[in-house]
Amino acid sequence: MNRRALAAGLLLAAAAVGAAAQVDARRSGFEFMGPATQALQRDDTQNPAMLAVRDGEAAWSRADGEARRACADCHGDAATSMRGVAPRYPAFDAALGEPVTLGQRIEQCRVSQQRAAPRSTEAAPALALEAWVALASRGLPIAPDDDPRLAPFRDRGRRLFEQRLGQLDLSCAMCHERHAGGRLGGSPIPQAHPTGYPLYRLEWQALGSLQRRLRGCLAGVRAEPFGFGSRELVDLELHLMERARGLPLETPAVRP
Amino acid sequence: MARAIVTVPPSARRGEIIEIRTLLAHPMESGFRSDAEGRTVPRDIVRRFTCTHDGEPIFAAEFFPSIAANPYLSFPTVATASGTLVFTWEGDNGFVHTESVALVVT
Repeated sequence: MNRRALAAGLLLAAAAVGAAAQVDARRSGFEFMGPATQALQRDDTQNPAMLAVRDGEAAWSRADGEARRACADCHGDAATSMRGVAPRYPAFDAALGEPVTLGQRIEQCRVSQQRAAPRSTEAAPALALEAWVALASRGLPIAPDDDPRLAPFRDRGRRLFEQRLGQLDLSCAMCHERHAGGRLGGSPIPQAHPTGYPLYRLEWQALGSLQRRLRGCLAGVRAEPFGFGSRELVDLELHLMERARGLPLETPAVRP
Repeated sequence: MARAIVTVPPSARRGEIIEIRTLLAHPMESGFRSDAEGRTVPRDIVRRFTCTHDGEPIFAAEFFPSIAANPYLSFPTVATASGTLVFTWEGDNGFVHTESVALVVT
């Protein structure tokens, strides 16, 4: 055997492996769904999440709170002013010294600027407004906040993602990285990219947040779910958005 | 806070078959579920949907329990003349929701 030809062959093989590593193997949950559910998401006239989005649109230009001020009074047309906002969140809040989610940011604005009564970020009107804000960024790549102060939070989120939890002793990564594409019972295991939140889940028959989904998964491994808005869930969100960096935003998505 | 999204083609040629799509926000509570305290949640569903064209019914449907929340309906019809399409959903607890859309036939 010609030693030089063998070396050249090995080099070629190494180059091929290198090229394969360049191919993005990340897939949105959309690609793991059946064609009927995909059709629901593709067509806004069928997508049940659009009912909530229309609510959010109305709330955007409706005066609210003691200040009798609407979102639109300061932010104008959401389609332009809110474009690129949702793919950045959770973002660093300098005043609080910690990351806040888009839902929490909207709630802050409501309470401080509109002087409205505080409400849960999981309330249906809150999710509707969040979905309307996120719709302005539909199709834009996920581009997490680059603030270096987020690093320790993001790192904690990554460690949490890899930590075994609950009575089933499973980590997020064990299913969503090692076994992504496989099946759990009858359902495909997606790669857990939060590309479409807040989204309409057929199981919920309503719009829901990423944190609600994470809590569902936590209950699934029989762990005690972290509370809504807890440090842990926000850190996990940060890590998940970083993992999904560059994937297009699909809000309002539909999932089974 | 009943809401509906109705999609009708902006205009149609006479004799053309058009598709009409309706999406209604409604919980469609089946009446078979129980709440956290074990009490049966009373049924709250849409019972009947009708679509009229200038007062003349062109499509109707009956709804039953076990239809998912936010029911979606699509149906074809032949565009015969310009007029007003009126969509009405009626259901339990006196639920009524009406939407009107102008149909332009050229």
